[in-house]
Amino acid sequence: MAGYVFRRLVSAIAVMAMVGIFVFLLLRLAPGDPAAIIAGQSATEEMIAAIREQLGLNDPMPVQFIRWVRDMLGGDFGTSIFAGRPVLELLSQRLEPTVSLAILTMILAVTVGVSFGVLAAWRAGGFVDRILTAFSALGCSVPVFVIGFFLIYFFAVRTHWLPVQGYVPIGNGIALWFVHLILPTVALGLGFIAFIARVTRASMLEVLSEDYMRTAAAKGASSYAMLFHHALKNAGVPILTVVGISFAYLIGGVVITETVFNIPGIGRLVVDAINNRDYPIIQSVLILTSGLYVLINLTVDLTYMLIDPRIRY
Amino acid sequence: MQMHKTIRHDVLLDVRSLETHFYGEESVTRALGGISFQIMKGETVGVVGESGCGKSVTALSILRLLPKLTARTVGGEVRFHGQDLLKLSEQEMRKIRGGKIAMIFQDPMTSLNPVYTVGHQIAEAVQIHTGVSRSSALTKAEEMLRFVRIADPERRVSNYPYEMSGGMRQRVMIAMALACSPEVLIADEPTTALDVTIQAQILRLIVDLKERTGTAVMFITHDLGVVAETCQRVIVMYAGRIIEQASVMDLFARPMHPYTQALMRSVPDRRRGRQSRLPEIPGIVPNLRDPIIGCSFAPRCPFAIDICREKTPVLREIESGHTAACWRSEEIVCA
Amino acid sequence: MTLPAATLEITPTAPLEFSGLARLARRHPLVLIGGGLLALLIVLALSAPLYAGDPGNMDPFKRLKPPSGEMWFGSDHLGRDVFARTIFGARISLMVGLASAACAALVGLLIGILAGYNRTFDSVMMRVMDGLMSIPTILLAIALISLTGPGIGILIVAIAIPETPAVARLVRSVVLSVRERPYVEAALCGGARLHKVLWRHILPSTIPALMVQSAIVCASAIITEAALSFLGAGVPPEIPSWGNMIASSRLYLAMAPLTIFGPGICLAVTVLAVNLLGDGLRDMFDPRAKRRR
Repeated sequence: MAGYVFRRLVSAIAVMAMVGIFVFLLLRLAPGDPAAIIAGQSATEEMIAAIREQLGLNDPMPVQFIRWVRDMLGGDFGTSIFAGRPVLELLSQRLEPTVSLAILTMILAVTVGVSFGVLAAWRAGGFVDRILTAFSALGCSVPVFVIGFFLIYFFAVRTHWLPVQGYVPIGNGIALWFVHLILPTVALGLGFIAFIARVTRASMLEVLSEDYMRTAAAKGASSYAMLFHHALKNAGVPILTVVGISFAYLIGGVVITETVFNIPGIGRLVVDAINNRDYPIIQSVLILTSGLYVLINLTVDLTYMLIDPRIRY
Repeated sequence: MQMHKTIRHDVLLDVRSLETHFYGEESVTRALGGISFQIMKGETVGVVGESGCGKSVTALSILRLLPKLTARTVGGEVRFHGQDLLKLSEQEMRKIRGGKIAMIFQDPMTSLNPVYTVGHQIAEAVQIHTGVSRSSALTKAEEMLRFVRIADPERRVSNYPYEMSGGMRQRVMIAMALACSPEVLIADEPTTALDVTIQAQILRLIVDLKERTGTAVMFITHDLGVVAETCQRVIVMYAGRIIEQASVMDLFARPMHPYTQALMRSVPDRRRGRQSRLPEIPGIVPNLRDPIIGCSFAPRCPFAIDICREKTPVLREIESGHTAACWRSEEIVCA
Repeated sequence: MTLPAATLEITPTAPLEFSGLARLARRHPLVLIGGGLLALLIVLALSAPLYAGDPGNMDPFKRLKPPSGEMWFGSDHLGRDVFARTIFGARISLMVGLASAACAALVGLLIGILAGYNRTFDSVMMRVMDGLMSIPTILLAIALISLTGPGIGILIVAIAIPETPAVARLVRSVVLSVRERPYVEAALCGGARLHKVLWRHILPSTIPALMVQSAIVCASAIITEAALSFLGAGVPPEIPSWGNMIASSRLYLAMAPLTIFGPGICLAVTVLAVNLLGDGLRDMFDPRAKRRR
């Protein structure tokens, strides 16, 4: 088992190294002078020279790369060109809204998606199942921002039930914080609900036809115990995998949702960074999100062992 | 009249014209064509036949464990203590399953939930039907493991199924089934998936535990040898119908249906090792999706005459306590 | 040379001898619905100049007008015909979506086949693919586009790159399973050239999976294009696309909802059509999946 954890760690580090090289080369191998790309079209020669100096672009590439990696490992992700402040500081200021949205969305998607999938599998071909089929076709097809504007229009603009947009920090009152996050969470969550429900259903259908489910029924177990106790735990590994993988989609979705609902999170920071060509920010966000993704999937892999006693690697 | 009453009193499970259909995309399979039989208190009844003859469907129909979307019991009664099980609500039925009527299945490798300990799974049955606390249910589970003669039950109770051999898992299944002292135990080919040596052990265990608990057993098997070792009475099924019913002694001494006779000729020699699953009788079993005209065994029967192909024979008492569904039973019994 | 056995095995009931649309409709209605809808959308988009107005024409006197006989979806904040812009936007969405899917499918196919045949290439390339997959699609595309600024060409590349790993992995897994098949080994032992075996036996067996995956990639690419354009990192604002139409109209949601819902609904319908086609193709090639789903 220790061997497995070690192998998994090594491959996680290998993936991160790939991401690091890729992100590093992205700017350097792009056509044109990286400093000029960052400075933009209207930049003067001096500005470009200053940027080149600031990013250390005059050194040989391997030197640049080693310095860059060393700095990141030491917690220095560079300085924002536009704001002139450390990237990490800017990111941490924007962390709360993004994390709030991501966590609420995951909670919504997992609870609703799993229950929905379980019920659909329980009566495969039945009413709930048909709804799920239609819903998942829609959920996978309607982009977050379209859902978002529909929700804003019907639940905020027309009815005034919920705030149109914006974010209230949790410190200013949890109720207000929550109310502002309802629409963004639902907009972002619908697609995930469909996705998770679909996987749950498929996984549950497989488990429900297993012999041990008949044994449980022959014992006199209730439908609830059969579904949530006997079947769901067996169906859990694929579901968990999907939850882990969907993290990358979640981050992508958060970026868009923040723009739709005007939430001052990391997503907005990134979108502003594109317009300002604030490359250190983009670079850092790429590294950090992919690092988080790798870490989450590593955790998911190790969690399998808690779900299924047979998995010992 | 008095006599009749006492017999009635002893009947535990009374199945009357049970009819079950399976629904395919474009066809209906008549898996059970109206079967009737009784199981007395404390009795062991063997149900014999080839695969697909409806043995397991009978058991699943009694406990109403058939897949809901594809199968339905369309007619008949299953009387248990005077109550028709087919008319009970799902909730009432749950109290019967595992409580009054328990079942063990063919393949112990797949019949236990892989992600829970065996103790947990036995305790669950106990908790469902007695409502005792978790810890006393687990104590009971350990006791049951000892009862089915699993060595070291204190340790085994917290084992997962994958940590056990097939024979041991079948013992766990038996422990689970007997945990709530059922009045009827339905054993659906409990030894088929096991090694020959283990088979004998499990059979002995079932016979032995049955003696000690007085549970009636419905023993489903395709192996007449097993029937001879364990049962008092035998029901022979073919193509969704009962074609012969008698005490074990009578059946083996004077089989009255050509199918039973053929089965006996093909009884494998257990000492030779693993028996073949299908007795070798020439011909094929009729397709239950098509309507059957005449006797369903006629196409394979060496004694078939015109009437066999035209009229379906009904089950009739040919000797006292010995019924068969064959037009020519009297003629062939000595043949 | 008949179809290789591998294809037949993956598609045990694949109806290679369609006896008409009716049969296709009965057995695989999704293929027909999705494919038909997509074909209709492509025809509508291509023939846009024939019936839709000028998408760029501004009329300051007709700002944010409600739908009328003249402008079916009303007008936007610059007085442009929303219907015309939506129809012309379809061209961009479909073009970018299909082109990105084609790029991702071809590059993925190439990488997948090479990875299935060369261990060194495989181990390096699969780590690279893992790395690419760990970066959220939108962020990766944004990063690529931020290097050059918005443009259709870079957009197609930026959308195709994040989609490539999934295709490559799929093709690789098919290749790995097919190359172990007896008839491939037999062909190789019989002296057939490697490239001939690849071309004749291995490539055809990847086609069903590749088609299904291409549909999934295409749907995803259309969404990504719209999202990028919505974020301001996609199609330049002077070309109407569904994403940038929604972005530029967001302040007018309350006054003229169709300026957003018009392109939004078209986007959803287009993606739905591609997704249905993909689901239908999967059912067609893998009937077991249909029963499981």
